[in-house]
Amino acid sequence: MATWQLVQYLVTGITVGSIYAIVGLGFTIIYSVTGIINFAQGEFVMLGGMIAFSLIGLGFPMPVALILAVVLVTLVGIIFNLVAIRPAGRASTITLIIITIGGALFIRAVAGLYWGRDAVALPPFTGDESLSFLGAYILPQSLWVIGITAVLMVGVYLLLNRTLVGKALKAAAINRRAAALVGIDARMMSLVSFALAAATGAVAGVVIAPLSYASYDMGIMLGLKGFVAAAMGGFTGVWGVFLGGLGLGLAESLAAGYISSSYKNAIALIFLFAVLLIRSRRLMVGEEGA
Amino acid sequence: MKKVVFIALALILVIGITPLMACGGEEGETTEEYIIGAVLALSGHGSSLGEPEKQTLEMLEDELNAAGGIDGKNIKVIIYDTETDSTTAIIATKRLIEQDNVLAVMGATTSGVSMAMLDTITDAQVPLVSLAASDEIIQPVEQRYWIFKTPQTNSQVVGRLYQYLESQDIDEVAIISATDGFGVLGHGALVGETENWDITIVADETFDPDDTDMTTQLTVIKGYTPEAVICWGTDKGSSVVAKNMQTLQMDMPLLMSHGIASMDFIDAAGDAANGVIFPVGKLPVAELLPDTDPQKDVLLEYKADFEELYGEGSADTFGGHAWDAFKLVTNAIQDLVDEGADVTSAGIRDKLETAQLTGISGVFHMSATDHLGLGPDALTLVEIVDGEWTSAE
Repeated sequence: MATWQLVQYLVTGITVGSIYAIVGLGFTIIYSVTGIINFAQGEFVMLGGMIAFSLIGLGFPMPVALILAVVLVTLVGIIFNLVAIRPAGRASTITLIIITIGGALFIRAVAGLYWGRDAVALPPFTGDESLSFLGAYILPQSLWVIGITAVLMVGVYLLLNRTLVGKALKAAAINRRAAALVGIDARMMSLVSFALAAATGAVAGVVIAPLSYASYDMGIMLGLKGFVAAAMGGFTGVWGVFLGGLGLGLAESLAAGYISSSYKNAIALIFLFAVLLIRSRRLMVGEEGA
Repeated sequence: MKKVVFIALALILVIGITPLMACGGEEGETTEEYIIGAVLALSGHGSSLGEPEKQTLEMLEDELNAAGGIDGKNIKVIIYDTETDSTTAIIATKRLIEQDNVLAVMGATTSGVSMAMLDTITDAQVPLVSLAASDEIIQPVEQRYWIFKTPQTNSQVVGRLYQYLESQDIDEVAIISATDGFGVLGHGALVGETENWDITIVADETFDPDDTDMTTQLTVIKGYTPEAVICWGTDKGSSVVAKNMQTLQMDMPLLMSHGIASMDFIDAAGDAANGVIFPVGKLPVAELLPDTDPQKDVLLEYKADFEELYGEGSADTFGGHAWDAFKLVTNAIQDLVDEGADVTSAGIRDKLETAQLTGISGVFHMSATDHLGLGPDALTLVEIVDGEWTSAE
């Protein structure tokens, strides 16, 4: 086995894993605050990519279009919370999860109607000439993906651990009633978590679209992979999902490279199965706590 | 408890009555119009193929009816969405046959889904004209009495690619195929046809068409230093393969299947689409054909009609497959009417088996042993240059 091939598998694994980690981050934020697994997370990613595509088509300069796309998707996240989650009030977690599945189907169908069913391409942030690295090649866009993931991870970590909002989010997650007694509005915290998750999802969408493509149904596959990354991280801390995403990306890439590409997508499902088997008890305890 | 019994009774009544109502409707309708059905991929990953097929059928239906239909009776085409899913397609097929009482069925768009429909069609004894590529849809012909198709088969397409590679003195190739029905059947043809040509497959990889990165598979391929790469899939996955090959600076020729024969591939792959060579029916290069080509007039007419309705540059080979299917079925009905015979499913099937048609996908000569009837001259090679299709002949 040539070294350059191993390097290439690692580079690919880290790039793809970073994307899984950002998508998983959205799952983790919402789960840790509300106990809901938001199945519309993949749809936030898709909306990020597609809205950015439309804005660039309207003539917005690239950076403006990307930031605007993230802002708009954040609004979608807020609206989704206000329209679909808040009216359900004190409904059980499982009901809320089913609501998010319905929301995901709705968003995907509307996107399919509005943008059509074809895949679209987004231009790379800076250049599309690949860079050579120990015999392997990497696109500038992949560096953007890895860099933005790192910044996002650190940013969310600091937000959750070093700011008042973050402390409020954590407090609401640990004990809703006690948090309410000290004046933390749990509904507000739920709203903030959806906004945050939508924003991170949209960032994933705009950074990944130039690497592959954007299309109305891209959220299904990315949502699944992000969910596995979040599950591997135990749905709690930022670092867990970061390692979960990278682990999944690397495992997929190495398995496809050294065993067979037929196993590539089976890896995610095997990981999911293993995680659910090992962690199911912990997850359920977490649910009761929230 | 009473309530449950009541609901059960109501259900039995509803289910029991439905077929009766369908029968009643059918007798009234057959005197006014000929009903044919179509099951197409209007959503799911085959949707970029199914949409032009639907548009073509609707256009031809309107054209034929505006011209007075067949013997004064209108043609009615009932179209259902398969969602590129086998189960949905089978349910839609049953609905066409049992509730809508269609004379013949066209579809499905993709090979895997078409294969799944074969038993339903054969049991119901209704002719099917498939719009999908795979050889297995019409072979072995003894078991495919009711099944016909209009697109070139995979082995013809592969043969055309291998012929090109031999002409370029290339004999070591790597293949990368999608894990969906289209890719799996194409993979079979790619491996099977090596017997007839001086071609060796040095690397054999697969990809999930919904996946967003194929760099790993291509890195494996790169390690074997093939002289050319053949990618077999529909537009989304194939566009990622083209992009990733560019990233990895793999400069060998990239050949693809006819599954990318729509502008969507170029939209999705962008700059990476340039240099890709693929075999396709003659429609995309109709203007470049010599005037002696028997298909040229038909091709230009279809292109003009379609693009007048749906916009410049919108006509593609997938719509062409639907054109052929519609003409084959309606010509069969016309023949039966001309002969004064009853228009039945069995009658249409017999006429399909002897059909001669100068169509979009090629010149058809159907027979009892060939339910496609196309020769290798139906295909031409196209290269993408500066985001445009050009003849690579």
